[in-house]
Amino acid sequence: MKLKDAAHLFRLAGVFAAGILIFILVRSYLVPKSFGQYGHFRGDALTEIKAQPISYAGHQACEACHSDVLDLKSKGKHAQVNCEACHGPLAKHADDPGGVTPEKLDTAKLCVRCHEANSAKPKKFPQVASMEHSGGLACNECHTPHSPAIVTEGGKK
Amino acid sequence: MPTDGFMYPNEIELQWSVLIVLYPFLTGLVAGAFILASLERVFRVEAVKPTYRLALLTALAFLLVAPLPLQLHLGHPERSFEMYLTPHRSSAMAMFGFVYLWYLMAVLVLEIWLDYRRDIVVLSQTTTGIKRLLYRVLTLGSSNISENALAIDNRVGWVITVIGIPSAFLLHGYVGFIFGSIKANPWWSTPLMPVVFLFSAMVSGIAAVLLLYMLLNRLRKQPSDIRCVDTVAKYLFYMFIIDFSLEMVDLIHRIYESDESFRSLDFMVHTRLFLSQVVIQILLGTVLPIVLLALTQVARLSEIARKRIYVFAGCLTLIGIFAMRWNVVIGGQLFSKSFLGYTTYKMGFATKEGLLPAIVLTVLPLFILWVLVKVLPPWSEKETAPVSAAVAAN
Amino acid sequence: MNMTRRHFLVLLPAAALAWENILAGAPETATNYHTSEHWWGMLVDIEKCIGCGSCVRACQKENNVPDGYYRTWIERYRIKEVNGVETLEVDSPDGGMNGFPSSNEPGVKEFFVPKMCNHCADSPCTQVCPVGATFVTPDGVVLVDEKYCLGCRYCIQACPYGCRFLHPQKNVAQKCTLCYHRITQGLTTACCENCPTGARQLADLKNPKDPIHEFLRTHSVQVLKPHLATGAKLFYNGLDGAVR
Repeated sequence: MKLKDAAHLFRLAGVFAAGILIFILVRSYLVPKSFGQYGHFRGDALTEIKAQPISYAGHQACEACHSDVLDLKSKGKHAQVNCEACHGPLAKHADDPGGVTPEKLDTAKLCVRCHEANSAKPKKFPQVASMEHSGGLACNECHTPHSPAIVTEGGKK
Repeated sequence: MPTDGFMYPNEIELQWSVLIVLYPFLTGLVAGAFILASLERVFRVEAVKPTYRLALLTALAFLLVAPLPLQLHLGHPERSFEMYLTPHRSSAMAMFGFVYLWYLMAVLVLEIWLDYRRDIVVLSQTTTGIKRLLYRVLTLGSSNISENALAIDNRVGWVITVIGIPSAFLLHGYVGFIFGSIKANPWWSTPLMPVVFLFSAMVSGIAAVLLLYMLLNRLRKQPSDIRCVDTVAKYLFYMFIIDFSLEMVDLIHRIYESDESFRSLDFMVHTRLFLSQVVIQILLGTVLPIVLLALTQVARLSEIARKRIYVFAGCLTLIGIFAMRWNVVIGGQLFSKSFLGYTTYKMGFATKEGLLPAIVLTVLPLFILWVLVKVLPPWSEKETAPVSAAVAAN
Repeated sequence: MNMTRRHFLVLLPAAALAWENILAGAPETATNYHTSEHWWGMLVDIEKCIGCGSCVRACQKENNVPDGYYRTWIERYRIKEVNGVETLEVDSPDGGMNGFPSSNEPGVKEFFVPKMCNHCADSPCTQVCPVGATFVTPDGVVLVDEKYCLGCRYCIQACPYGCRFLHPQKNVAQKCTLCYHRITQGLTTACCENCPTGARQLADLKNPKDPIHEFLRTHSVQVLKPHLATGAKLFYNGLDGAVR
């Protein structure tokens, strides 16, 4: 008697149950396979992010061929400056040394990026007001970029 | 440059637009309207009965639109279903999908269905054509409207309303939590945020139902029940007092504590937010309606005067609550998290997240409400005769 | 302490092996990289930063960062003090990509602060992601899954450091990946590789041979906004209290 009068509620419950069931089925089908592999994210995302191509080969790659530069550089003030910091991204060159040749650098523009005097730079960092210092002359007229200290007859200046 | 001082370079662009202002405004109306409806059902405030069904339909109309601004705002709307597939348990936003579905299906639709079931069955027998088909589907194939069945419906409906009240609190409290739980943003980060959102939601929902009730009666050329209108206005007044006190507690607390963000935020309130926060939200949108409503409580005013004041205060309230949402969402993005600078929000017009879609989304619920009122008329007097006839025939 | 040299020695064999494999076109087998054996962070030495912008440029080139957005940037702080009252000026023209004009104002404390994602251990950004599109990897790097991100921008709001942005074309959140494609192959990040003064050092906190441990022991090192308890792993040496 009572159950009969609540029949419409059971029908409604049936509609809800069907909805929930469909949701569970659809969900199990749509959740990416690798989700939860390492945590609450798509495990394949790691592989995809790792696959991004490299632009900067890294100094280790440069040094494999350019050991002469490494020797020169390691004795000078620029020992800690990595190759591509000045030469730019050269992974393509490292991939194909013959086919891709790096651009020649303009020291008049390049060196001031670091060495132009600025009151906010650490005081012990070597810096010059470039116009006063060289009057627009390219830096490599006097300095060797890979070992920039100028050696005079009396020793290092 | 639209910025003053220093912003972190990625901060110059605002992330959450007017659509995200609209979203808490709309859900607020839902929660508020539902709580007004439950006054009659659970707390047996008989005077507000004429607004009961209208409040439920209003809540449904606004709830149906509430996720649309969010959807429109997403960079990839086609991926929003992921929230149901892989909800992140630590994210307040991930709970949105479930709270929303729960509230829509388990509370609102269910309560409306139970309350209208008798009407639906009757209509499925008295209408023709597509309408008849629609009502037939809505009956779920059961036309049992015997006294026993209706008594069961009534009891289940009561239980659902009781469950619905905390659900409405949850729906809107969690919207406040979305903002209040962001520790990176001192303008948002306060445990009071969900509570303030909740009470401002009730204020806006009650005001909206009050206005809609009077407007629809006017359109139907029926007199509004003054006892009902007075009672609803009285509840609006009480809620407003609580809401305003909470906001003041928050404000005083911030001023007194004066943490590292205070100078930056204080400056923002006095400059970029002055119009929308101090003038529109606090003075015009809160203090003035409270004073007006207090006047109707204290002074002996004529019926016409009271109704006019209610309409005026109701409109101001809605503007004020919208301004409050604006100041929370937009205000929280105008200052730099370095506390050293400010940016500006430039709202587009006919862009994806501009003013035009915001206006459309504000009007859309009213249109849906109009359809709902056509399909499920909230007024009882017209149906009284056929219903009793049908019951007798049964 | 000569960090770069020691670092170089640590990384060299792995990197050489990696490069051979990259040349052979099989980056996935580059090294026997196990996520459980690493816990990445970075050391920034403010006393060494010259504000040249090399890191910003390198990052933009390595990662195709869209114009006007930054995965790393440099801020210049200028602090004037009169009668114990400090006034603060901060700027970052184009994210410091092209360096900074000298102010030459006497009596002002000036310094550069390189910024980027802190790869927080208790990251507030990954906490709020509704779907698991941004996450902390088992080796401690905070990443975004471009194919899964909704573009809701909640993570951008939740980052206290302003490190995230919405990619204007892809419409997904983006941020520093700590050059995950490089560090998992034994290389260092593009910014560290190109920092001419060694102001930035990639650090593997799980590698007992990494010089970071010695550095942390012997220096006063701080993270940004420590009161937010984000578990930031971007360690700053010589950080001024004014920096936010």
